[in-house]
This record gives sequence, structure tokens and C-alpha cells, in this order.
Amino acid sequence: MDANASMLRLERLVKRYPTGDLALKGVDLEVPRGQVMALIGPSGAGKSTLIRCVNRLVEPTSGRIYLGGEELTRLGMSGLRRARRRMGMIFQEYALVERLTVMENVLSGRLGYVGFWRSFLRKFPQSDIDEAFRLLERVGLDQMVDKRADALSGGQRQRVGICRALIQNPQLLLVDEPTASLDPKTSRQIMRLICELCAERDLAAVINIHDVMLAQMFAQRIVGLRLGEVVYDGPADGLTAEVLTDIYGEEDWSATIQKDEGAAAEEDAGEPAAAETLRPDERMAGLT
Amino acid sequence: MTDVSVALGRRRWKRPPLIANPLLRWGLVVGGAVYLSFALGTTEVNWSRVWEGLPRGKQFLLAFAPPDFVSRWDDILDGLLESLWMTAVSTVIGIVISVPIALGAARNIAPLPVYYFCRAVIAVSRSFQEIILAIFFVKLFGFGPFAGVVTLSLATIGFFAKLLAEDIEDMDAAQAEAVRATGGGWFQWLNYGIQPQVLPRFIGLSLYRLDINLRESAVVGIVGGGGIGATLNTAFDRYEFDSAAAILIVIIAIVMGLEYTSGHVRRWVQ
Repeated sequence: MDANASMLRLERLVKRYPTGDLALKGVDLEVPRGQVMALIGPSGAGKSTLIRCVNRLVEPTSGRIYLGGEELTRLGMSGLRRARRRMGMIFQEYALVERLTVMENVLSGRLGYVGFWRSFLRKFPQSDIDEAFRLLERVGLDQMVDKRADALSGGQRQRVGICRALIQNPQLLLVDEPTASLDPKTSRQIMRLICELCAERDLAAVINIHDVMLAQMFAQRIVGLRLGEVVYDGPADGLTAEVLTDIYGEEDWSATIQKDEGAAAEEDAGEPAAAETLRPDERMAGLT
Repeated sequence: MTDVSVALGRRRWKRPPLIANPLLRWGLVVGGAVYLSFALGTTEVNWSRVWEGLPRGKQFLLAFAPPDFVSRWDDILDGLLESLWMTAVSTVIGIVISVPIALGAARNIAPLPVYYFCRAVIAVSRSFQEIILAIFFVKLFGFGPFAGVVTLSLATIGFFAKLLAEDIEDMDAAQAEAVRATGGGWFQWLNYGIQPQVLPRFIGLSLYRLDINLRESAVVGIVGGGGIGATLNTAFDRYEFDSAAAILIVIIAIVMGLEYTSGHVRRWVQ
């Protein structure tokens, strides 16, 4: 029953880099199915390390990680590859393969499922191609299928990144600073899209994010990390000035907390306008 | 202005020197100067012999004109076709062998023992100039184009694997990481994460090496490795400078043609 309820569970997760830096100091964390969790904290707190330990792009030093009851930290190479299929990852700076087309980038999310020669010859099963078109349509990029990824704007690229993660048909999304290089409006659109898609598919998500206001706006639960330790774990409205000081250190937080309420109100009001101005906005984002 | 700054109690700043250690820095400067002065002081130039050589050089150059394409045309054509064949075959063989070595010699994707092994292969292949290799292989396999092909293939490996490995090391790790995160296998990772990033460089280097190999095939021929170089050598041996001039012109024309095409193709693949 427990294995069913919790999608991701970390037990005493420790990561020490070869340089001696202790990035994670025994983190315990549990994310239930369908929950969108934001991981906040200052640079160097270990947010990136944490989510990369989950799919073992970074090898944890000690501790255990369970994905829906399966222990990931024990898996050998082929077991790990099968497990990675169940975890979609969305990256900062998009990490699309720039010289591949939009479609190839999306289909690369199926690499764990198709054999080498099929992927090498780009002969993916028709069901994968249908699903890729469905996803691209869902994020509004079905007209861009054969464009090269480096011809897209920032917001468009991140949408392709989202499609690539979702076509894996994952149970968990690992999202690393999805909005770090986007303008404020595109950031919100991307965050909203991720949250909507998670709700549609009952996906759990761990989202690393710098922007506290965005985290509060979209996540059901917030975990604050400081120097490799969890210092806050609770609902978005529990982020008081004291809590933020705990996570980030001493600073005047009144503006952040107030602005968030104002921003949330404006967000609701500005919704129809946002859709209309989407294109010029994204073109601007593409220039950066 | 500096005075004003000092008067105002500002801190001064100077660009830090390239080599931090002053002893090493001045040691290099002084050592270099001393060696250079000795080297220049012991260089002997026999000016009278230079003077005597000048009219001989003039006659030599005049013997080239006009180039004679006709009387040895069959030999030239045979040599040329052989050279082109050598070039194509050795470039392909060299590149096919270079790719795995380049993957092994890229520090960001290869484990340390593999890295050292592949770097060693590259170092060995690069440490001998083509002529030395050609002399060796001609002794080994006898006169003819086979020795030339082996020479050029080996030389291609050192060049190609080294430059491709460096391009792989310069790639964007995030793109490769993203492909790895999908759960794809190692070859899929190469094909989707790395190959697209290095493909333009790969094509550019292939064309560049093709035109180097054509030029080298002429040189290799002179020491017995077959091809147009052999024809050229024969022409010199028979004092048929007009035919030699024709051969040189043909080589220049082909190299220029390759240069022009490779420039075009490289621009096209970017």
C-alpha cells in the first residue's frame, strides 16, 4: 500500500563529490503519486544534485532511492536504463540536441523503448509518432515538426523538452530549473503547462526552481533545501519570512511575500490577454 | 591621472603577468635570448655559392617552360588515377579506424585506461611524418601504391582522431545528458546525443583530410609509394622538366578544385 502511494522515496541520501564537497547530507523525502513538489533553495544547496541522483546521472554516495517501490540505487546498467524510462527529465537551458529536428528531439524520448537500428534509421513505431504529434499539438508546436531545435525560441524549446520527457510515458517528472532562462511571462506559461500535464496524467513531479514566487504559485508542496539538508517541507502558504530566512539566509522578505499575492491576482485577471500576446513575447524570448 | 588616484588614496592595478613566477618568467626570456644569439652566430652562409647558384636556378626554372602535357600524357593519367584511388581508399580506411579511436580519446566520454590507450595510438601515429612512414612501409611491402595507402591511412588516424576527439570534448554536455536521461543505450546515446553535435566538424575534417591525402600521395610516391609522385620522380630522373611542370600543374589544379569544393560543402553542412 505504501509503495503504491509514494511515487518517489529518498532515504538518508548522501552525495559527496570527489572534490570532497558534501552536496547532500542524508536527505529523507517522499513524494506521493500525482503531487507537484517544488524544491527551492539557494545556489549550491544541492537541488540539482538531488534530482540527478534520482535518475543516477549523478551516482549517490550512500542512501536509498525508491521509485514506486523499486530500489533505484541497487540497479545495474540495464535495470537503470529501464528505470530511466519511467522518469522524464526537463532541463535548464532546455538541453535539446540542437542540430536535430523538433520531431527527432521528441522521439529521442522513446530511445529507451526502441532498439538501436530502429532509432538509428529513424524508423520509430507509428504509435510513437502518433503520440509525438499528439504531444506537439498539445503544446502548440505541431507546425514546427521539421524545424531544427536551434531555430526555436526559448519558450518553444522548453515545450519540446516537455514533450520529450512526456513521450517516455513516465511516472515521475524531474524538472531542473525549467524557467531559468525564460522571461517572466513565458516562465509562467511553462510552469502552468507542466502542472496541467502532471494533473492530466496523474504524474508526480519534482521541480527545482529558483523563483520562490513561481514555486508558490504552482506547486502543491514546497521543500526548502539549504546546504544539503531539508529545512522546510510544507504547503506554499507556509513560506513566511522566517522560513525564507531559514532557507536562504537573512534578507528583507516582505516584498517577496507581498508581491506574490499581487502577482497571483494579476495572473488570474491577465489570462485571456496572455494568449493573444503569446507570439511576439516568444519571439523576444528567442533573442536572448 | 595616476597621481590624482594616489592622492585620493585609490589602489593601483596592473595586469597580472602571463607567468606568475618571476624567476621562471625572466629565466625564459634570458634563456631564449641567449639561445637565439648563439644560433644566429653559428649559422654559416656561403654567399659566393649562393651567387653561383642563382643562374643555375634560372636555367632550371626556364627548363620547366613550356610545360609538356602531351608526350607523357598516358603516364601522367595513370599516375593521377592511381593517386586519386590511393587518396580515396586511404581516407576512407583512416576515417573508419579513427572514429572509435576518437571516441576513446575524448576525456569526457571515455574511462581513463581507454583514454590513455587511444591517446597513445594518436601520439604514435602523429610522431612520424608521412615520408618516414612511407620509407618504412616501402621497405616492408615493396614499391607500389599499397605502401602508399598504408602510410596515408596511418597518418589520417593521427590527424583525424585527434581533432575529432577534441571536438567531442568541446560538445555541450547538457544535450548528451538529456539523451542519456531517456534511458537509451550507449550507441543510441552516441547517435542522438553526440553525433549531431560533431557531424559538421566530422564532414569538414573528412574533406580537409581528403585534400591533404591527395597532396601527400604525391610526396609519398617520390619515395616509392606509387601514384603521381612516382610519375613526377621519373620525369625528374629523366631530366624531362617540361613533363614535370605539367604534372605539377595538374596537382595544383586538383588541389585547388578540392579546396573550392570542400569550402562549399563545409558552409553547406553548418
